[in-house]
Amino acid sequence: MGDKVSYIRRDPVFQELVKKRTRFAWQLSAAMLVIYFGFIAIIAFAPKVLATPIGNGVTTVGIPVGLFVIASAFVLTGLYVHRANSEFDPMTREIMEKVK
Amino acid sequence: MRALNSLFAGLGLLLIAAGFCDAFAAGAVEGGTRQGLNVTAIIMFFIFVAATLGITKWAANRTKSAADFYAAGGGITGFQNGLAIAGDYMSAASFLGISGLVFATGFDGLIYSVGWLVGWPIVLFLIAERLRNLGKYTFADVAAFRLEQTPIRTLAATGTLTVVAFYLIAQMVGAGKLIELLFGLPYLYAVILVGALMIVYVAFGGMVATTWVQIIKAGLLLAGATFMAFMVLATFGFSTEAMFRAAVDIQPKHAAIMAPGGLVSDPISAISLGLALMFGTAGLPHILMRFFTVADAKAARKSVFYATGFIGYFYILTFIIGFGAITLLMNDPSYFKVAADGTYNKITDLLGGTNMAAIHLANAVGGSLFLGFISAVAFATILAVVAGLTLAGASAVSHDLYASVIAKGKVAEDKEVRLSKFAAIVIGIVAIMLGYIFENQNVAFMVGLAFAVAASCNFPVLLMSIFWKGTTSRGALLGGFLGLISAVAMVVLSPAVWVKTFGFKAALFPYDNPALFSMTIAFVGIWLFSKIDASARARAERDAFEAQYVRSETGIGAAEALAH
Repeated sequence: MGDKVSYIRRDPVFQELVKKRTRFAWQLSAAMLVIYFGFIAIIAFAPKVLATPIGNGVTTVGIPVGLFVIASAFVLTGLYVHRANSEFDPMTREIMEKVK
Repeated sequence: MRALNSLFAGLGLLLIAAGFCDAFAAGAVEGGTRQGLNVTAIIMFFIFVAATLGITKWAANRTKSAADFYAAGGGITGFQNGLAIAGDYMSAASFLGISGLVFATGFDGLIYSVGWLVGWPIVLFLIAERLRNLGKYTFADVAAFRLEQTPIRTLAATGTLTVVAFYLIAQMVGAGKLIELLFGLPYLYAVILVGALMIVYVAFGGMVATTWVQIIKAGLLLAGATFMAFMVLATFGFSTEAMFRAAVDIQPKHAAIMAPGGLVSDPISAISLGLALMFGTAGLPHILMRFFTVADAKAARKSVFYATGFIGYFYILTFIIGFGAITLLMNDPSYFKVAADGTYNKITDLLGGTNMAAIHLANAVGGSLFLGFISAVAFATILAVVAGLTLAGASAVSHDLYASVIAKGKVAEDKEVRLSKFAAIVIGIVAIMLGYIFENQNVAFMVGLAFAVAASCNFPVLLMSIFWKGTTSRGALLGGFLGLISAVAMVVLSPAVWVKTFGFKAALFPYDNPALFSMTIAFVGIWLFSKIDASARARAERDAFEAQYVRSETGIGAAEALAH
């Protein structure tokens, strides 16, 4: 086990995988945090913005903005899953093949 | 197995007979306080209970090893697990609570739902796969992977049991009140019935039964909520603008329901609440446990994707349901406590309180048959969630405290599982007693407290042990306990508890939600006490990071799924 660990640790594919995946995961996390705390910040500092009606209707800007935050959570997870399935999993398989 | 059969039959009949006979008697005497017996709801609930007991029996036959008991043998698919996770999240509190909040305040309800949802992507990006790669049955497996077993497991088990206790009290009290209202069953019987059923699910069926009960309930709840939202939208020709217009006309707050209101009073509170909702999710033990029920990291990842989709969809439905309740209920006095002069408050006089908005709406859009269905689903929801909590608590006692801390890992598997079942029974009985004791207390703050503790103890310890090489046992232990203690202390001293519950004049801590402060204390504590830890043990723990790192990123050596 110890040998395998140090072998994998030195494997350039492993280093590339971890670098890419960590970077991507933190980028997506940052995106989610910015979207959500941006929403909270508007509520805290400029609630009037969300109270603005769209056109002549009663529907306010807050409704699509709220829906956008919900949709963004789903879309961001989808982006991650897609890239993990298509790019990260094959790399992991490649690494694991070598230490079999 | 025969003993199990007769136990199921006996237990069910006894409790239900006792409860409903009493309900008949009480209903005749008291009349107004409880709703009359809802026969459709009771029949549908019986069907649900019968089906879940059948599943429990099937699960009990399949539950042979510890892996079966704690983690369903790793045999749950990503899609199923996504539904189960969503089910854990779509508690009666979030279904009835959020639709009730939308009914009373409009847009503000959406702020809560959004906060509860956005923790999921973070769980996926940072936690889910690594958790699956490193752990076996509980999140303490991960936190204690390279750290000292005794202190870290003690900490994790304390964090788990604290979260489970507060969450469970809130659920039990809510369950008792709800069932009293929906089924006309007296509070104490309702609490005993919930407690007894959850003990049966967990003690006999383990994770397999707990998961399938949750999946079935999630399916029923999503179907029911979809139907309600569809009927509401159909009333307005599928124009949300028409629905909002009608709601603005009818709701006493008028246009204010379309904008953020008083829910979030100042920026600090807003951020603190946001942090608790977001990162509390990533520290709830009954949810983290679900990542061990799937085969591998890929399935863990998929489950969060599906869960996020289901939960997001569900919150959109509750928003529509809340607005539907405004438009379809507020002008109909039959849903309200009407004063002698014929007037009623369109929000606070709703029969059973604003949390009943979704239930009354079920009657308005689908008649008494559908009302019965939704009532039964609400009951089922409570059962499924408390079962998950009980299993998480029982696992912390048997797998973390007993097997690792007390027996130092030298314990036979079957003995550990037996102890876990016993712990489930004890937790169930304690939950019934606490539910009874807290009947007339304000328990609304307890779910918030559970989230605050999860965000301030479990999550920082988990995150730091996975990501930061420098984390040592001493750092994690001190930082984790500081987070736990400060979260609980700040909640107790906050306006919601110190003033509203204990009746003191002024709060000693100004904010209702402590997460911003207690999370900071935990993270800084872990960092600081790890940094100044110069012991030989700390050096060894930092050296052990490499192996943990490789396994967390690749899954090499991870616990395999059992073939069934």
